Amino acid sequence: MKRRSFIDIFFGGSLLATIAAFLYPVVRYVLPSKSTGVIQNSVTAAKVGELPPNAAKIFKFGSTPAVLVNTAEGTLVALSAVCTHLTCTVRYDGETGTLFCPCHNGRFDLSGNVLSGPPPRPLETYAVEVTGPDVIVSRKS
Amino acid sequence: MAPKIGQSVWKFLDERFMLSQLITFGKKKTVPEHRRSFWYFFGGICLFLTAIQIATGIMLLLYYTPHIDAAHESIHFIMSGVKFGWLIRSIHSWTANILIGLLFVHMFSTFFLKAYRKPRELTWVTGFFLLVLFMAFGFSGYLLPWNELSYFATRVGTDIAGSLPFIGKGLKTFILGGPEVSQATLSRFFWFHIALLPMAALVLIGIHIFLVQTLGMSKPIGEQGKKEIPFFPDFLYKDALGWTIILVVIGVLCVFLPWEIGTKADPLASTPLGIKPEWYFTFMFTTLKLVPAHILSIEGEKLAILGFMAGGLLWMLVPLLDRRAGREKRSPLFTCVGLAVAAYIVIMTVLTYALPKL
Amino acid sequence: MNIRATRLFVSAALFAPLLAFGQKNSCVDCHSQLEDELKAPVAALAADVHAEYGLGCKDCHGGAPDKDDVDLAKDKSFKGAPKRSDIPRFCGGCHSNAAAMRAFNPALRTDQLSQYETSRHGQLLKAGDTKAAVCTDCHGVHGIQSARLPKSLTFPWNIPQTCGRCHSDKTLMANYGIPTDQLDDYKASVHAKALFDKKDLSAPVCNDCHGNHGAFPPSVTSVASVCRQCHPSTGELFIKSPHKKAFDELGVGECEACHGNHKILAPSTAMIGADEPAVCAQCHEKGSRGSEAASELRRDLDGFESGFRAVKDLLAQARRKGVEVGDAEYKLQDVTTTLVTAKNLTHDLDTAGIAKTVADGETALAEVRAAGEKALDEARFRRRGLGVTTVLLVLLAAALALKIRRMARARQEREGSGDSKTS
Repeated sequence: MKRRSFIDIFFGGSLLATIAAFLYPVVRYVLPSKSTGVIQNSVTAAKVGELPPNAAKIFKFGSTPAVLVNTAEGTLVALSAVCTHLTCTVRYDGETGTLFCPCHNGRFDLSGNVLSGPPPRPLETYAVEVTGPDVIVSRKS
Repeated sequence: MAPKIGQSVWKFLDERFMLSQLITFGKKKTVPEHRRSFWYFFGGICLFLTAIQIATGIMLLLYYTPHIDAAHESIHFIMSGVKFGWLIRSIHSWTANILIGLLFVHMFSTFFLKAYRKPRELTWVTGFFLLVLFMAFGFSGYLLPWNELSYFATRVGTDIAGSLPFIGKGLKTFILGGPEVSQATLSRFFWFHIALLPMAALVLIGIHIFLVQTLGMSKPIGEQGKKEIPFFPDFLYKDALGWTIILVVIGVLCVFLPWEIGTKADPLASTPLGIKPEWYFTFMFTTLKLVPAHILSIEGEKLAILGFMAGGLLWMLVPLLDRRAGREKRSPLFTCVGLAVAAYIVIMTVLTYALPKL
Repeated sequence: MNIRATRLFVSAALFAPLLAFGQKNSCVDCHSQLEDELKAPVAALAADVHAEYGLGCKDCHGGAPDKDDVDLAKDKSFKGAPKRSDIPRFCGGCHSNAAAMRAFNPALRTDQLSQYETSRHGQLLKAGDTKAAVCTDCHGVHGIQSARLPKSLTFPWNIPQTCGRCHSDKTLMANYGIPTDQLDDYKASVHAKALFDKKDLSAPVCNDCHGNHGAFPPSVTSVASVCRQCHPSTGELFIKSPHKKAFDELGVGECEACHGNHKILAPSTAMIGADEPAVCAQCHEKGSRGSEAASELRRDLDGFESGFRAVKDLLAQARRKGVEVGDAEYKLQDVTTTLVTAKNLTHDLDTAGIAKTVADGETALAEVRAAGEKALDEARFRRRGLGVTTVLLVLLAAALALKIRRMARARQEREGSGDSKTS
């Protein structure tokens, strides 16, 4: 065996250290982390029976607010709650059965269509499914 | 004790894998050293970067989803939710661009050194196909994040393919998996990127490297010097030095300029202004934009595309065309042609960014 | 005349409007060869909405456009250009006739003339002032485009200029006793910015507050109802406040007193406080209860807002350093809504309610701040990691370089000593 010179030790050591420095992120990457969902394409918005007829609740969908409405007839509808005018959060107005934006008086029907006021585009609608005790809201494909 | 264990492990493997014979063979391999031998490193760097792409690509596969409802979101997750995901993804994106750039350098350096001459014609031809393959890698990979830029760049690119005479429509439908960019396209590009192209590339790289092994490195015409250095370990260490430096460059790029996620593709949105393909396609893209609408009653664009294809064919056949180099004589004509081509590519690429309003 | 000729004449007359374009039009033929004001109508006609409906010179001005000779063309039915004071009735001849308008555009209103007569312009005109605005001053003449088209003089973003043509002309407006700075004031306003910069067509222009055909400045008491059209929540809050009763008693315009009428600027917390330029100082003496309440409100809101701006900068900093902060930025949008809500709540002067909203906002803000700090930590971690890896790689490169040099030297020595074998 050749005499181990300083250069050889230096080389071997730095090589090992570099390999370790590269393996560390690889291992961390491959190990599953605590944060869950990749896709926030569907979310449990509420429990069945949580909302009485003609009532609504705001929930988080992905990273924007959305609204789940239990209409007076008992159907569940879900829409984006971001007003298409200047992004204020709309709220459900039980008396008129419409979604109302308090910032500049924009009004939408429960299909998202603009009924009056300044909003230029309709609200995005979502699909609602009841699975067991959960009301699941997901993006329409 | 450790050396003893090392020795017995070595003996075990040697008896089964004939390792000592391989080493003896390997020790015979030499590389010429002369004024221009610096260019020999570029092939190895390209191989190294390809290995990085395969490694990071396999890792990205762990978290990426090739569906239009999830692709963009999975990239977002990789960048923000996965530990070091930002690093793996940025390495993959940056290295792709660096690799393609260095492939061009490798190609032009071998061209100017006339390394394509007999008996290395097939090395050049396989190399040319590899360049085309890697640009296809770039094109297919670019769509996978499913963001606005990638969606429209794919649309523009396949529209150009579709304008080829006779085969255009069929070709475009085959590439897109349908009449337009859709889920079928994403699945298909994913298949190209992780299965079809890697298989083809591995075969071609195998042939290419095998040829380099058997034929050795080409020396410039008229190079008299006989100096040679052993491949193992001298040349390899020099190779490794280059690789180390490029790793530092990639690291700096990834930390200070992480690759962006972009906005999710919306097929209904209008094409953003100034949309263009990735930089390595821009020389062709700008040519198409500058070519007049009609040349002698033939559509200018079609003529330009056919021109590129003819040019590519001639470029690939250079080993057969350059007779002088085949006789170990200097061929300044081909050097000039090469310079013209290189200048054209550089100028058209720079023009794309210098005059975006074209 | 015999039966056949009559039939021919009647059918020709019936179908004449359809042939308006192909028909001979001596008005256009002659006037296109004249100069300036006499030529202008011809050039403008191409874009005119009346021409689109098949109407021509004859339908407003009378005359016989099939005749080449000018005296024959200007026959008994020729009305010529109407006098200014006659223009409203001239246009109203068709436009306030519901039956006539039904044939062209049944959805178009027909009350413009009656509205005009109630307007200040209409009243002045009736009293004999021909400087008052008439139909053509706002809609143009001959090249009138539908108000839905962007080049129309009555398209939202053209209206300020259309009204301003007279209302900012000091000489013209000299005897009317009203200011002429409305257009300039409006142009500085937040409504103008929304309209001209952000191209928000829902932003109010002159007619949205003053009416268009029945234009009249709103009286002091009705200014608020005008504003409430678009700002209902603010109006509702104001009614609940002690200011409502006070303003009514003092005869002060509700929204106008603090926000102005034309030069309505983007509201900020600077409007609240004990000292000028805060609007509270207009009525409340420093040290009084109202003034103290204003100061407290200001402190609350300013604290919240500066915290919000700091967090916004924090996230921008993290983003600049390459860390993904999209989720935190969305959460910050929620805080923006809370901030806007809190500022809006100042109209009811319910300090307790406002304090609660601010507190909720601060809680949400704290979450975002934590996310931002975490992002900055991540940026620092990445840079440290890069530093460590780079150092290791540099060391490795150095080791390689040393090895290479040693090998090269060894080779040289061997070759120098005559040994041509490579190692």
